[in-house]
Amino acid sequence: MYFLVTRLVQASIVMLGVALVGFLVFQFIGDPVLALVGQETTIEDREALRERLGLNDPLLVQYARFVGNALQGDFGISYSFNRDVSEMIAERLPATIELVLLSGVLALALAIPAGIYTGIRRKGGLAQTIMALSVIGVSIPSFLLGILLILVFSVWLNWLPSFGRGDVGTFLGIRSSLFTLDGLSHALMPAAVLCLFQLGVILRLIRAEMLEVLRTDYIRFAWARGLPGRRVYMHHALKNTLVPVVTAIGLQLSSLFAFSIITEKVFQWPGMGSLLLHAIGQSDIPLLAAYLIFVGLVFTLSNLVVDAIYVAIDPRIRHGGR
Amino acid sequence: MLAKIRSDFWFEFLSSPVTVVSAAIIVVLVLACTFAPLVAPHTPFDPATISILDNNMPPAWVSGADGRFLLGTDMQGRDVLSAMLYGGRISLMVGLGAVALSTLIGMAVGLATGYFGGVTDAVLMRIAEIQFAFPPILIALLFNGVLKTTLPADLFARAAVPIMILAIGLAGWVQFARIVRASVLVQRSQDYVAACQAIGLPTIIIILRHITPNVLGPVLVLAMLQIAVAIVTEATLSFLGLGTPLTAPSLGALIQAGSQFLFSGIWWVVIFPGAMLLIMVVAFNLVADWVRDYLNPRLR
Amino acid sequence: MTGPLLEIEGLRITFPHRFGDFTAVQDFDMRVERGEIVGLIGESGAGKSTIGNAVMGLLAQPGRVSEGRIALDGQDLTRLAPGALARLRGRRIGMIFQDPMTSLNPLLTIGDQLSESIAVLQAVPATQARRMAVERLAGVGIPEPEMRMRQYPHEFSGGMRQRVVIALALAGDPDLLIADEPTTALDVSVQKQVLDLIRAICVDRSLGVILVTHDMGVIAETADRVYVLRHGKRVETGPTPAVLGRPKADYTRQLIGAIPRMDKRETRFSDPVRRVGEIDRWLLQGQSSEATGDYLSTTPLTMDFANPRSGFWGRRSVFRAVDVSGLSIRRGEVLGLVGESGSGKSTLGRILIGLQKPSTGSITYADHGALAAIRSAPARKAFRRDVQVVFQDPYSALNGRMRVDRILAEPIRYHGLASGKEVGRLIGALLERVGLPPESGRKYPHQFSGGQRQRICIARALSLRPRFLLCDEPTSALDVSIQADMLALLMELKRSLGLTMLFVSHDLAVVRQVSDRVAVMRQGRIVESQAAEMVFEAPQTDYTRMLLETAPRVEGLHALEGTLTERTPV
Repeated sequence: MYFLVTRLVQASIVMLGVALVGFLVFQFIGDPVLALVGQETTIEDREALRERLGLNDPLLVQYARFVGNALQGDFGISYSFNRDVSEMIAERLPATIELVLLSGVLALALAIPAGIYTGIRRKGGLAQTIMALSVIGVSIPSFLLGILLILVFSVWLNWLPSFGRGDVGTFLGIRSSLFTLDGLSHALMPAAVLCLFQLGVILRLIRAEMLEVLRTDYIRFAWARGLPGRRVYMHHALKNTLVPVVTAIGLQLSSLFAFSIITEKVFQWPGMGSLLLHAIGQSDIPLLAAYLIFVGLVFTLSNLVVDAIYVAIDPRIRHGGR
Repeated sequence: MLAKIRSDFWFEFLSSPVTVVSAAIIVVLVLACTFAPLVAPHTPFDPATISILDNNMPPAWVSGADGRFLLGTDMQGRDVLSAMLYGGRISLMVGLGAVALSTLIGMAVGLATGYFGGVTDAVLMRIAEIQFAFPPILIALLFNGVLKTTLPADLFARAAVPIMILAIGLAGWVQFARIVRASVLVQRSQDYVAACQAIGLPTIIIILRHITPNVLGPVLVLAMLQIAVAIVTEATLSFLGLGTPLTAPSLGALIQAGSQFLFSGIWWVVIFPGAMLLIMVVAFNLVADWVRDYLNPRLR
Repeated sequence: MTGPLLEIEGLRITFPHRFGDFTAVQDFDMRVERGEIVGLIGESGAGKSTIGNAVMGLLAQPGRVSEGRIALDGQDLTRLAPGALARLRGRRIGMIFQDPMTSLNPLLTIGDQLSESIAVLQAVPATQARRMAVERLAGVGIPEPEMRMRQYPHEFSGGMRQRVVIALALAGDPDLLIADEPTTALDVSVQKQVLDLIRAICVDRSLGVILVTHDMGVIAETADRVYVLRHGKRVETGPTPAVLGRPKADYTRQLIGAIPRMDKRETRFSDPVRRVGEIDRWLLQGQSSEATGDYLSTTPLTMDFANPRSGFWGRRSVFRAVDVSGLSIRRGEVLGLVGESGSGKSTLGRILIGLQKPSTGSITYADHGALAAIRSAPARKAFRRDVQVVFQDPYSALNGRMRVDRILAEPIRYHGLASGKEVGRLIGALLERVGLPPESGRKYPHQFSGGQRQRICIARALSLRPRFLLCDEPTSALDVSIQADMLALLMELKRSLGLTMLFVSHDLAVVRQVSDRVAVMRQGRIVESQAAEMVFEAPQTDYTRMLLETAPRVEGLHALEGTLTERTPV
């Protein structure tokens, strides 16, 4: 418990730091006044606007106001869309989340069994083939994979749509494009692209951990105790493998969000990622700052969840360190 | 016990054909790209030597091709093979430069925090931990994005390569710092360090002459893996339009430019640069994997 | 059930290698009956653990049994399919490993692990298995077994963990138990309890036990019969008293002769000064002081460590590793510092020579003044020249990336004790002085054995012409035959060069051989400190008495002292 409380405090500090970076970007990159006014505005008018926006207050006050606003979900007005930033994020978020969830679940569902298998039968033909494929999986840039998939399945075979999000359906009150056939056909290639890299990374991680654990004394002792292979692998080895793997998977979740930017660009998927690229292209600072803080929040939260799982798995941490 | 004679290295190396091929590919690619001006059949980015009339030529073995252009031409009549060699040069430059920068920062931080501990350690590693939660590619992307919105367009284009090196290098140092710090902590607890202290050697000599050589192994492995990552990151940023300009495109920028014409059936402008990028990255990854296994034989 | 429980005949175990097969064990015969403990003794690399692993069918890759048979009740295990052999593990043959700290799965409770074994091996339902597990824990002497069932391995002490490991190994009621160095990782006082437990179980269940160890004392106290191994071959076998009391093979005699005795101070470590060669004249240079009295003395010293994992902002829980009321070492004497692991003896040693700063207290050297007051670079250098150290682990004490001559040249050059060609000559002479060929400098540390490395470490310490030497468990990582040579070398150097020494060790017998005075440490405190002979003959505290009583004894074996032939150096 103590461990989790410290982690929570740390997470809040991290978020304040991220907010500071967001604030500094907001504050010093590009002049918000210039962005809001036209060429013909007089200097007096600009100064008045500056005063009204609070830009003449001490920095600390401005930072406090920025954090306060952010806490209420207020990130200001987008320069390029002239709309509320938080509203735009709320609009784009579901598309990204469904992509990230679909590919994340796919990656885990494939990587865990494959990683265990290749760790146990590391000399076998199938295991070697899986490992060879995983090298390509972690090597191929996702944008390139996306383009190749489009070339094959959209241009040459004409099986799948190459861009956009499909029809949205409702299931159990949740609206998602994954609930319609059209939506799924649109999501298939982006999700596959996003999944493949994670699949390779997690698989190799689990395999390496598995090999490490299988060498330990307690596994040798488990064999010597006469436990059947299934129990040694699935009970003793797997649980110990999971401790470091869970941390890494937490990091992978954040990298899923990062790589969704690229995937969304390739498949013109209307999510957070394309919003960010648009913000960069248009120098839309409020949007950029909001994205930064949002992503920071996602990462910090996922790390917190990882820590909680960690505590649940490892009694040594539960009991206040070894 | 783990006696490593030099012949062991060659024996292990030569008994892994995949590694030999990968290493050979790296050597050939590095040489060909480094000497691109000498090797390339055309100078693709010199407007004087290209003709728009040569545009969209397919590769030499496809009907309707022009023998002068082995891998065809793009929509502006530039030779794809030559553009790949020049582009590969930029990709390698960014990859190596960025990793050199990451290694330098990471080693310095890792050695300092690992050896001295205390407040330096607490502060620097906390920063590292926060940065570690953010994927390097996102950091590089935001770094480049912010610079792109602030710097004048022509300056950003001219300084593209150094900016990329800086962005990717700064995004990647944390992993080096973590791995170096962990190794230094192990080394520091070894009695040879205490013996050095008992001899009275100055700390800087203990760190540089005694500890550093002992932490280089894992750094080498990580550096090779990171070269692959840096090349991919560079290509990705260029693909997103945040990297090299189209007047001096890297492989990623070439693929981005080519991908616009995918639906016109002009596949070669994407496939060939893409294949070169993929081969380069796979080769670096395979050699890095082998070096790791070689340095850590119990994982084999 | 007439024949022997286990019979090994003509066993040969090979590890294929690209330079030809390495034979770990050859022509090995052995027999184990029910209800007896058979010892398997040898130095590192003798192949004793390999035999145990082969019986279990758990040889490390790529090792294999290439010849011979291992018969359990007449059934040849080497011919069994892997699956059939796996079914014998736990049910017919149990095994315990050296380190109880790593033998248990850290993420599962003791109860889970034990009832799992029982449920699988005895084919009983889970609830019954749990009930049986509680009984088994009580059976190996674990108090409050009900409560202990719910605890994790890290909540157990080393000795308690080894008891749990024994309960686990016996969960399937095997007929044969292989104990691979079961007490090596434990303190002496705990060691005896675990050995007594194994002994009792062997008798109660009429269990055959193979006890693999490097420690003659363990064999002498526990084994009924013993097999002596060297380089994978059987050197000698017979009932323990016969083999240890009247060894027939030279090697056995050497092994026994090498063990330092606890009952008296032996003469073999106090040979007269060997010679005063050129290098000794160099080593003695600058040592003009004829002063007597304390070489170093301290005020009360404490050393606190913050618990590392107590969180970022959290209150730091503090562990007091050293808490002594003061200590002095007289010029020219050897002070022995003994204690069990975790007693703070090594930390105290490091504090005394300034490698660590004490939390409170100060140390004063007669020649250099207070340690904390040595500030200027020349004074610091002068102090470092005088005070040197030899560590326990010769593997970690040498930088593996440096050639031996560079390792030795560095201190000489840094302190300006010689220059140019002279450095090379000195290095050769130093190496020769510690018993290595002078050209050894051209090699890297990994090309030497453990004993040779320790000699290099001693040469490095000598290269600064020290007057005080801290020896931090200098023999603990070495095989027993090499231990004796190392002690002899250190004592000879001490006398030839007139060194003052602090000798830190957990081994009472070793300490007795070298020390003039002995201090006994326990939980950071010095509980007893007096002349060496008095500590051993008339201990003042119960703790010292307990240490002396529980230490494995081989005294009986020295009855044949007179018949011991001159040992050849190993």
